[in-house]
Amino acid sequence: MEIFQIGVLLLDATLRTSTPLILAALAGIFSERSGTINLALEGMMLGGAFSAATIAFYTGNPWIGLLAAIATTIGLSLIHGFACITQRGNQVVSGMAINILMSGLTALVGIALFAQGGKTPALDKASRFQPITLPGAEAVRDVPILGPIYFELLSGHNVLVYIAFFAVPAAWWVMYRTRFGLRLRAVGENPGAVDTAGISVVLMRYRAVVCSGVLVGMSGAYLSTAQGASFLQDMTAGKGYIALAAMVFGKWRPFPALFACLLFGFLDAAATRLQGVILPGIGEVPVQLVQALPYVLTVILLAGFIGRATPPKALGRAYVKER
Amino acid sequence: MKKLLTSVVAAVACYAGVAAAAEINPAVVYDLGGRFDRSFNQGAYNGAEKYKEDTGTEYRDFEIQNDSQREQAMRNFARRGMNPIVAIGFSQASALEKVAKEFPETKFTIIDMVVDLPNVQSVVFKEHEGSFLVGILAAMASETGKVGFVGGMDIPLIRKFECGYAQGVKYANSDAEVFQNMTGTTGAAWNDPVKGGELAKSQFDRGADVVYHAAGGTGVGVLQAAADAGKLGIGVDSNQNALHPGSVLTSMLKRVDVAVYEAFEAAAGDDWQPGLTILGLAEGGVDWALDENNEKLITDDMKAAVAKAKEDIASGSLEVHDYMSDSACPM
Repeated sequence: MEIFQIGVLLLDATLRTSTPLILAALAGIFSERSGTINLALEGMMLGGAFSAATIAFYTGNPWIGLLAAIATTIGLSLIHGFACITQRGNQVVSGMAINILMSGLTALVGIALFAQGGKTPALDKASRFQPITLPGAEAVRDVPILGPIYFELLSGHNVLVYIAFFAVPAAWWVMYRTRFGLRLRAVGENPGAVDTAGISVVLMRYRAVVCSGVLVGMSGAYLSTAQGASFLQDMTAGKGYIALAAMVFGKWRPFPALFACLLFGFLDAAATRLQGVILPGIGEVPVQLVQALPYVLTVILLAGFIGRATPPKALGRAYVKER
Repeated sequence: MKKLLTSVVAAVACYAGVAAAAEINPAVVYDLGGRFDRSFNQGAYNGAEKYKEDTGTEYRDFEIQNDSQREQAMRNFARRGMNPIVAIGFSQASALEKVAKEFPETKFTIIDMVVDLPNVQSVVFKEHEGSFLVGILAAMASETGKVGFVGGMDIPLIRKFECGYAQGVKYANSDAEVFQNMTGTTGAAWNDPVKGGELAKSQFDRGADVVYHAAGGTGVGVLQAAADAGKLGIGVDSNQNALHPGSVLTSMLKRVDVAVYEAFEAAAGDDWQPGLTILGLAEGGVDWALDENNEKLITDDMKAAVAKAKEDIASGSLEVHDYMSDSACPM
């Protein structure tokens, strides 16, 4: 029974740690499926996290903070889009430039506004996303097996966690069941054909990067106003890149990417809990080994288990109309 | 007229303050985590600010963003004639050693590490003694008999905090269980509040209800998680009781501010001495924090127990094992 309890709590932590990855990975999918490499996820997350924390601090409302985060990341996406789509610049360079820019700019603006070394002031309860208790959770709490699963695992998360998990089927539906999705995928595979059909490739790609901006903005806001309570310089700690890896794992498809994110989240949560635990026959697990585990597994999985990941054919290539 | 008079008086007083002490151009180089980490570096900042307020002496400071900047920052300050230069944090040692050799006339002070050079003063603290005291408080405040510790980077210095804390916990309640976690093995572990919060939550899940952190900026997340979960956190280095009034049991004070202030003062008064200074409970270098934010959490029994331990440690009749002396913890 105790093992069951530990398992439920572990999965509960998995949901918390994988939420920002899921949102960012979906953002990457939208952008890359349309043919624009999006290495800027890390920087955009930082920008979103900073805007959310700052605006939530001033207004005392996390929703306005979330909107500010989304507005910021849409702005950054449009800059990235302008460089990559309109100016046909190198997409990798543009993405990295945004990452470096945002790492410094958020700290700079933070120092100018709050004079706390680039941090934002800690948010009080009202200006953060609070855990939601699902209906009936308290009532079924003591029911064996199902009670803890419902109470601990499904209930008691903040709204962004639920949004992230609903965003996955929503993204799938948009991509595979709507005209917009069909065109978006086509523009990443064969932009020439889309152009022949009389649809603007450039406009399609811009719409895709804007979708990407909306999703990654939520992921940033989650870090600073839901999971944490303030912005700190470089607080994303590589989550944007891990989301990119999850996207490649998932072969640029929403559901497989979800599972990759959950796997990374699970490893992260497990690493936290394995530290200092004495395993029978092995003794205490060294901290370093536990912390290297996610990366070791990533290498192993990438090397052998996921098979070939085929990126969209036109990925990374700006579309030039023949003249 | 009155206004003019006060400003004249202020100007004279200010001038007198400067004139009393020799002219110094002090500089501070902070460690990763930055000036406002509400913890270790902020202690140094407070000390330097206090000196500025008391004497009117301006100082320069630098917040490094990565390891390679340490040496550049120190060399720059030394070249511009800043003296003394106070380096905050154990990670500054190798850079300081190099720069101190190049500028033998400049006085250097390093906090938290020993550098053996004729122009370097090393200040270290007996963190295990302060941690022992907050360990006693944690064990007495805990209802579950389980308490936690979250460290920053996994280094001997942080193990020293953890070991002293565990000894204090066992001293007050020999059946208590101590969970300990380290955030990481690189400098980034000082600045990851999200991870810190997750580590604290994992300890709460295992039954802990008091968590002590020695993790710089990461610790902000630990204290936040404790406040969110309705548990108790324990702050470190600076007085962090006010971060979440009523949810921070106490803070282990490491008087970095005093060390910085004294380094400035000694350099100005020409009685600056190179060599090693060890600040423990007896010297007032470490302590625990009691103020209006946590007075309701501390019972008279707890006060008495800590006061007794403090006395015994200061007099030498109770010895707290130092992890760094043999790289092992008896707990």
